[in-house]
Amino acid sequence: MNSELPALCIKGLTKVYDNGFQALKGVDLDVMPGDFFALLGPNGAGKSTIIGIISSLVRKTTGSVAVFGHDIDQDFPRAKKDVGVVPQEFNFNQFEKVFDIVVTQAGYYGLPRKVAEQRAEKYLRRLGLWDKQDQRSRMLSGGMKRRLMIARALVHEPRLLILDEPTAGVDIELRRSLWDFLREINEQGTTIILTTHYLEEAESLCRRIAIIDQGLITQNTTTRELLSQLDKEVFVIDTQEVLNTCPQLDGYATALIDSHSFEVVVEKGQSLNDVFAPLTVQGIHVSSLRNKANRLEELFLSLVNGGSGQSESVSAEDSE
Amino acid sequence: MSAREQWIAFMTLMVKEIRRFSRIWQQTLLPPAITIALYFVIFGTLIGPRIGTMSGFTYMEFVVPGLIMLAVITNSFGNVVSSFFGSKFAGNIEELLVSPTPNYIILAGYVLGGVTRGLTVGFIVTLLSLFFTKLQIQHLGVTIGVVIMTSILFSLAGLINAVYAKNFDDISIIPTFVLTPLTYLGGVFYSVSLLPEFWQKVSLLNPVLYMVNAFRYGLLGVSDIHVGWAFLMLSVFIAGLFLFALHLLKNGKNLRS
Repeated sequence: MNSELPALCIKGLTKVYDNGFQALKGVDLDVMPGDFFALLGPNGAGKSTIIGIISSLVRKTTGSVAVFGHDIDQDFPRAKKDVGVVPQEFNFNQFEKVFDIVVTQAGYYGLPRKVAEQRAEKYLRRLGLWDKQDQRSRMLSGGMKRRLMIARALVHEPRLLILDEPTAGVDIELRRSLWDFLREINEQGTTIILTTHYLEEAESLCRRIAIIDQGLITQNTTTRELLSQLDKEVFVIDTQEVLNTCPQLDGYATALIDSHSFEVVVEKGQSLNDVFAPLTVQGIHVSSLRNKANRLEELFLSLVNGGSGQSESVSAEDSE
Repeated sequence: MSAREQWIAFMTLMVKEIRRFSRIWQQTLLPPAITIALYFVIFGTLIGPRIGTMSGFTYMEFVVPGLIMLAVITNSFGNVVSSFFGSKFAGNIEELLVSPTPNYIILAGYVLGGVTRGLTVGFIVTLLSLFFTKLQIQHLGVTIGVVIMTSILFSLAGLINAVYAKNFDDISIIPTFVLTPLTYLGGVFYSVSLLPEFWQKVSLLNPVLYMVNAFRYGLLGVSDIHVGWAFLMLSVFIAGLFLFALHLLKNGKNLRS
């Protein structure tokens, strides 16, 4: 296989549903092998439609999709072998055992039983589900069910893994462990595309980000490049001293939050370093510092809906 | 997919289907056995002796082949319609749809699952019938051929019903309003020669009549129709429904948006 071919190549993709709703209006997107790629967009933007078309659950209207050079119109079975999909909704048989679900999925990809069992053990162990192998899947917690779907999607060892909201509804500890797991398999060569509700997740994990809005890709660049578009960032500063009035800083807008914290706006070109010296002069000592909001979230809101801030919650729960 | 991979996918699906109905045997294997046993007791033992002979056999001997076919038909159909619709309803049909498994393998896997349940129930009912009468198979090839083809036919019909079904009501309409009348009026309990000539001709439009009579011919050596017609009709129906079901899967009817 030519490693220069994109892991995913989408050209002029459109989708009009039977009810006339145009979910995609000509999407062009390339994801290169080894990428860790985030696809972000508000509800109904078309993210799930794109994933549905790649996984064959949604039929495209026009355009082309190729996975590692295999066009889905000409050789969908070959393309499917390279794709693993973790859907947003739990869609396994609730009455089947955990081990059987993973082994059966491997069988659908033509893996011999022995290989399927070895792979199932490998991924269930890595995802901390091996001791649940004989449990009916309905008995699992929400986090375990999500991990089960990841194990199921990986059992045929696809080169491209697509995750639709992989950490939705899981606790922080589990989310972090899933991040570590995804980083690990990405480092081992698996290309990953994810949609996520948590923009912090995209910023932390992904090297490239595309933003889709109303069926069109509006941004497609590196995470670093995207964040550099931020005009300003708002930081919250906690102080050791009690604040009766808001500290004044030349060139910086500030606002008092409470008696021990205030926020400061650092615009593009300004340095946060320049904030500390004036504070020290005023006898104020900083005890901690944090971003008021996730940086990517701020940018996302400014890019979607013209920065009106009236975007729907940043979620992939597409209505289509 | 290579031929070997397709075979593995087929076996995976078929084994999953068999495991499914075996796991819930109290719902899939036991009820039809009890129901048919009650038919044996009521129609064969209690009412049968008052009816006398039919086509030269005791009523119990006459009714057994029809009741075996009744069990095979309803269970083949029921297995596929409930399993496929259940997967569609719960969303786990997507496990198959996102995989490279070809549509004809999906079709074959579900159908063979239905055939296995139909034949298993048919076998259980046959064993039960031995408590009530003696069975001497007259034409083994015809008996096996008809029962397998009938099971395939109704498994295909079950899958088509499941594809079109949008809720649980939709999977009970066909069995209640089509399958049951056709089966009960298909010569399970009587010989069509007892009917007035007009209704005999109407009965010939019922495909189940051919299956029941061909099976009865295999077991008892008597039939109201020519067995060749039964095999021809079964072959045509199977081919037609197979192609139609394949067409539905290919187009993703109610499966892909």
